[in-house]
Amino acid sequence: MEISRRTFLKLSGLGLLGLLGAPVIDVLAKTDRARVARAPGALTAKRWALVVDMRKCWENGKGTCRDCILACHREHNVPDIPEEKEQVRWIWTEPYENAFPEQGHQIGAALSGKPFLVLCNHCSDPPCVRVCPTRATFKREDGIVMMDYHRCIGCRYCMAACPYGARSFNFTDPRPFINSVNPAYPTRERGVVEKCNFCEERLAAGSPPACAAACRYGALVFGDLEDPGSAVREILRTRYTIRRKPELGTRPNIYYVVG
Amino acid sequence: MIEKALTGSKRYWGWVILLLALMGAGLGCYLLQLSRGLTITGMSRDVSWGLYIGQFTFLVGVAASAVMVVLPYYLHNVREFGRITVFGEFLAVAAVIMCLLFVIVDLGKPMRVFNMILYPTPNSILFWDMVVLTGYLLLNLVIGWNVLEAERNEVPPPRWVKTLVYVSIPWAISIHTVTAFLYAGLPGRHYWLNPLLAARFLASAFASGPALVIILAFVMRKFSSFDAGREAIGKLALIVTYALTTSMFFLGLELFTALYSRVPGHGLPTIEYLFTGKDGTGNLVPVMWASVALGLVAAYLLINPATRRRESTLLFACAATFVSIWLEKGIGLVIGGFIPNPFEKITEYAPTMPEILITVGVWATGLLILTGLCKIAISVKQATGHAASPSCGASASPPQNSA
Repeated sequence: MEISRRTFLKLSGLGLLGLLGAPVIDVLAKTDRARVARAPGALTAKRWALVVDMRKCWENGKGTCRDCILACHREHNVPDIPEEKEQVRWIWTEPYENAFPEQGHQIGAALSGKPFLVLCNHCSDPPCVRVCPTRATFKREDGIVMMDYHRCIGCRYCMAACPYGARSFNFTDPRPFINSVNPAYPTRERGVVEKCNFCEERLAAGSPPACAAACRYGALVFGDLEDPGSAVREILRTRYTIRRKPELGTRPNIYYVVG
Repeated sequence: MIEKALTGSKRYWGWVILLLALMGAGLGCYLLQLSRGLTITGMSRDVSWGLYIGQFTFLVGVAASAVMVVLPYYLHNVREFGRITVFGEFLAVAAVIMCLLFVIVDLGKPMRVFNMILYPTPNSILFWDMVVLTGYLLLNLVIGWNVLEAERNEVPPPRWVKTLVYVSIPWAISIHTVTAFLYAGLPGRHYWLNPLLAARFLASAFASGPALVIILAFVMRKFSSFDAGREAIGKLALIVTYALTTSMFFLGLELFTALYSRVPGHGLPTIEYLFTGKDGTGNLVPVMWASVALGLVAAYLLINPATRRRESTLLFACAATFVSIWLEKGIGLVIGGFIPNPFEKITEYAPTMPEILITVGVWATGLLILTGLCKIAISVKQATGHAASPSCGASASPPQNSA
């Protein structure tokens, strides 16, 4: 069959348009949703939440217990980087004034200077998801804010958007800084952002998050916020809790018992 | 027409070789960054954007300001600008290419940059910034090239070019507005969370860009036969004057709200850090005061008609304007937005030497593109006899007559 140059160019153009058009159609048709079935025995919820009872933590742990932090960082191969500016953190502590900068009145509850566990808040309206240009950061139906290390281009817009400082960037290759590698979870490479994933890989296998499981004193309670009978709802009903920076409207799903 | 950029005097080639050398140094450092990661920069988990994104933000303004020579010519028939619109368009081309390069050198995973196209994300402002910047690049390239080609052939430019020009005018506004939205919509970054930001960006851009065009016009007159003409420069100087004073006024509005209300959520901690330093830190204090001082000197020289008309003082005022806005927007605004961090702690930022060399390399790339494009434009204007005569109306036929 003879094909003229003009026809060839037209057809190539159409083909290219189709290639470029496919992702646009995907966006309009919203076909990028997760299509993976849950494993039998997986823990499920409508909206996952974590309640941290800091009093239990201080009274029993005497301020030196780091079980939750170590369990999380070991489970997820979080590197231990000495250079403070390049540290990767999934869960760590900050003094009360720094974790809750505009809630100074709680000083009456003698919270001043006390260490608070901080982690990704898995916001109901997460700014990091809003700004990510590749959907490497996305929110699941059950409220978990997820990070796809393989799609992240390392633009760090999510770090600028997160009002909780919960995101870390791999400035350098993290692998040499992992003390003992957990082969069950991937290590990351240089140039991508990462953060707490609410242990979605453990939930899928039917286990609670590593931090909650590691706490000997039951200070971390994980559960479904939409289930009126859940343990987290029971605590929210009976105790005085606060959230970080509620004024920003991100609606965090991490609650702190302070009274 | 490209061949016209490949012939030139010894001085021209000396300049080109200098730029190539700077680009080579930048490329070398970029290869180091590719192999070792962004750890070679001064950025941190607290100040996660630094010199690169600061330059990007500033240069989007320079690109957008091309509209300040295009708009008066095409919408208000300001004929004095006929001779220089093509330089405004080519400046925009060079500036947008620098912007895109600065984004790419900032990425942790540059090899994945096409994920932005493969997974278009309408909720991300960065996606829209890519769309408007590449669109603006194409618009200016096509418009500038076709107008120049028409001038070389001494025919009016094709009609569709004029349509594109009209599209490019609101488009120029959009690129800097969208860039401001990158910052102005982030919860928890109080210094940026400000509806005035886009207006401030545009005002400062319309000062820094035309100031650069004036400097460029003086450079071209000194090193080539092209003369933009006194009237064009005089009108541009007025634009710089109004835009600079508006920009300073807007900055004053922000400072008033923050300093008088004393509400931390209006950026007060950052403003304190930037202008007075905080808790024994203050890397950016000299930067901010230098910006204020240069801005005030420039405003004084520009508002006063005698110094605005005198070439030496005008040139100084334009350079001061450009540097003042570069310091305020390219350094203070972007870096200041990260300080204090979300925990109200201060982590300071200072660029490292490789980071500075990569930045210089990108600037050199932009200057080389600008040099080449200006060389082509000047050669065309010389060949058609439109280079030396500064008298009004001697320029290429404005499209108004051709349509």
